[in-house]
Amino acid sequence: MSTDIDTAHRHVDTKPVDAVAIRFCGDSGDGMQLTGGLFTNTAALFGNDIATFPDFPAEIRAPRGTTFGVSGFQVQFASTDIFTPGDAVNALVAMNPAGFKTNIMDVEPGGIVIVNEDEFNKGNFKKCGYEESYDPLDDDELNRRYQIVRVPMTRLTRESLTDSGMGAKDVDRCRNMYALGIVCWLYDRPLDPTIRFLDNFFGKKKDKPEIAAANIKALKSGFFFGETAELFPVRYQVARARLDPGKYRKISGNEATALGFVTAAAKANKQLVYASYPITPASDVLHTLSRLKRYGVTTFQAEDEISAVCAAIGASFAGQLALTGTSGPGLALKGEGIGLAVMLEVPLVVIDVQRAGPSTGMPTKTEQADLLMALWGRPGESPCIVVAPRSPSDCFDMAIEAFRLAVRCMCPVIYLSDGYIANGAEPWRLPDLDAIEPIQIEHPSETNNPDGTFLPYKRDPKTLARPWAIPGTEGLEHRLGGLEKEAETGNVSYDAENHDQMSRTRAAKVLKAADIIPPLEVRGPESADALLLGWGGTYGTITTAGDELRDAGYSVSTAHLRYLSPFPKNLPDVLGRFKTIIVPEINLGQLLKVIRANFLVDAVGINEMRGKMFRIADLVDKTVQIIGR
Amino acid sequence: MHHTQLPTYKPKDFATDQDVRWCPGCGDYAILKAVQKTLPTLGRRKEDYVFVSGIGCAARFPYYMDTYGLHSIHGRAPAFATGIKLANPALDVWLVSGDGDLLSIGGNHTMHTLRRNVDINILLLNNRIYGLTKGQYSPTSEFGKKTKSTPVGSPDYPVNPLSWAIGGGCTFVARSIDIDVLHLEKVMARAAAHRGTSFVEVYQDCNIYNHQTWFYASQKKTRPDSTIQLEHSKPMIFGADSDNGLQMDGTRLKVVELSNGVSEDDLLVHDETDRGLAFMLTQLSFPEFPEPLGVIYASTEQETYDHVVHEQARQVIEEHGKGDLYKLLNEGETWVVEDE
Repeated sequence: MSTDIDTAHRHVDTKPVDAVAIRFCGDSGDGMQLTGGLFTNTAALFGNDIATFPDFPAEIRAPRGTTFGVSGFQVQFASTDIFTPGDAVNALVAMNPAGFKTNIMDVEPGGIVIVNEDEFNKGNFKKCGYEESYDPLDDDELNRRYQIVRVPMTRLTRESLTDSGMGAKDVDRCRNMYALGIVCWLYDRPLDPTIRFLDNFFGKKKDKPEIAAANIKALKSGFFFGETAELFPVRYQVARARLDPGKYRKISGNEATALGFVTAAAKANKQLVYASYPITPASDVLHTLSRLKRYGVTTFQAEDEISAVCAAIGASFAGQLALTGTSGPGLALKGEGIGLAVMLEVPLVVIDVQRAGPSTGMPTKTEQADLLMALWGRPGESPCIVVAPRSPSDCFDMAIEAFRLAVRCMCPVIYLSDGYIANGAEPWRLPDLDAIEPIQIEHPSETNNPDGTFLPYKRDPKTLARPWAIPGTEGLEHRLGGLEKEAETGNVSYDAENHDQMSRTRAAKVLKAADIIPPLEVRGPESADALLLGWGGTYGTITTAGDELRDAGYSVSTAHLRYLSPFPKNLPDVLGRFKTIIVPEINLGQLLKVIRANFLVDAVGINEMRGKMFRIADLVDKTVQIIGR
Repeated sequence: MHHTQLPTYKPKDFATDQDVRWCPGCGDYAILKAVQKTLPTLGRRKEDYVFVSGIGCAARFPYYMDTYGLHSIHGRAPAFATGIKLANPALDVWLVSGDGDLLSIGGNHTMHTLRRNVDINILLLNNRIYGLTKGQYSPTSEFGKKTKSTPVGSPDYPVNPLSWAIGGGCTFVARSIDIDVLHLEKVMARAAAHRGTSFVEVYQDCNIYNHQTWFYASQKKTRPDSTIQLEHSKPMIFGADSDNGLQMDGTRLKVVELSNGVSEDDLLVHDETDRGLAFMLTQLSFPEFPEPLGVIYASTEQETYDHVVHEQARQVIEEHGKGDLYKLLNEGETWVVEDE
């Protein structure tokens, strides 16, 4: 294949660019996620830095041609270090009018818009709410604003596959590969990785070599069309990025989460028991882990969210690394169970892949509005450790951190991912497994009281953790429960002094986790006019905004919290070194409240609730407004 | 850790130093005693027992057993028990809770545990009332029952726990009563020996909020005529003078007198492996019928959930070998960035 391409006659100039953001959009049945994913693979394997943003409706197959059935996939690939999928789309591929209508406003002025012209007909205009008589492709203003490139993809795909022997429906399913071929030509990316995938997936795994062949034919036809049709005055080329040396793969946040927890279990020399109930956008963690039985993983698809957290606590009591995972609505249901784990003082990790709420909200859209629930959403004084990965690959590291802390402190850890990093992907430099510290676990086998009895709540003075004695151990039989515990003996106690002391001890124990939490790092000057302080999935956007602000001459630094309870010990010191603390969050000001309350700092929020990531440009503008006033 | 020789346990080895705080006269005392007497006969190590409960009077049970124990939250005990078995299938898990905990707030979890056939023993202490919250009606309270929360009578029809368990796919269903410790021990030993979920309903008296709810079945005088002791392969005889029996009449059961030409040979013979018959038996209620006690249903045909889960893992490892974490992380397409 590659020889065909290499020897093909090129008569178009190539223009080098640092970074390109492409968005593929179409019906949710058009295969846009696959198309975007394959282009991402191609760019990653070529050596570009990448960041992706898949955006799809909750409806599996919404009525064809409607705006609410539009599925999109954005990828930015670059020759420089990038942190986000990009604000403005440089090139849009719209497979139908609905995709065009819902995405065109995100394209930069002058941007390329490649459309499947065959789908731009009266029937489809009506379905997506355009006037029947209005053809957006003929709109003068749109044509002035964008380079609209019309390609009759349906017809051309059909023509290229006339000899395939396949039915019309199957032939039309290859249109996305035709589109991908055009894009690969336009951005000078090789077809080999996609051909390899199609051969493996359709040819070998699904045993449909004819489907593989047809898709490959469509892909190549699209590529050759790009080359011969002279629709594009120029091709673009994005050079390899200078990433740190090492071996890389592409990884999404949910994949990294699953792999991180498997690695944690291996480092702890334990089985991983994952109990979960399917929920968007966390289900992929269950899917991934359920395939990893060979790696010491047991998965349990529970009857509901409550059962999932309770089964995990049971597994923890019985001595394995116990994990449950969900999204916001499920975290609410798990609250009582997590409170029990606080009382039992057993290690437990709870994944919350946050989505837009409240209630069912917008299941496939991202948000950061579960922070206060994670911190306080349980009856009574119920302290938990809360951590938040900041990017897809960071999910791996924070998953290991979550268990390290849960086991050390014998308490629940809530791991706040979000839809944006869970589904987004980036290059991941593969870790050196030997360099990851083992997770030390000690199960006592001897009694700890001179009189020969076992005291299940006798604490380690260093960590304040109680011993993790597990069933099956002779002589250490003990009872745990949700009723308040007497210090040391763990017997039921209604004593006033005891309850006061135990409540304070549980809180102090969580604070002690800060002993092993790394200090907060500042990017930019150690002291400046303003600090952009974020947490979770906004890392890439805030970091990029901060870099742009500094490039523009503003005195701004950024810092990103991966540990939200307890905070890194140096946080008060960092806060004190900046005139203004700005907290951008995809909520209405949750970390902001905590920072203001805990540190008496007059911090200011930048808040959006749009179900998607900030635009870098908006963050920059709003920061300038705040600093300026 | 384990010594090779199994220690000889006595019932008191399973008692804790905690004061038992049930009301004097509560039926739970007898059940606790029966459990403490049964465990030493089962040939298992004390440290391998885990008692799990939810919330309610009955759910205090683990505090009084000197084994591992987990007094959890309302209704969720079956989920904790399932998690314990997933983590360590070698443990012997007993779940003790009441009718409110297991059938109302925890009905969902109980049902799914039964259908999965998790290898645990469930003791449902059924007193047909909420005791710990001081006297509201429960899901097993009779229709029309007047309680604190139903001053003019309960508008709910009660659930029949054993019919529900059989409908839910439970593989072992039995019934006993708090005043008959010997019978309790016999049934518990059978339940313990069963592989899979065993579900034992125990008629239990709450002498404060629902005293004598099982009066007919618990009094020496009325018991023989109001209950029937089931034994596998034995004809279904009951009554003070063993002069009554159960017979099939078309598709239904009927009570017959053992005279007038009806002999033992004409009676229905109990077959505890017959699920349809078991369902019919659980439907019998006094005064129209005697209520069955003993093992109503016991099937060994179904594998246990914990066995299936662990067997799946074992097979995958047998076929493909133990997973290599390095290979897992390096899966899919990778690329190398060289030092420049």
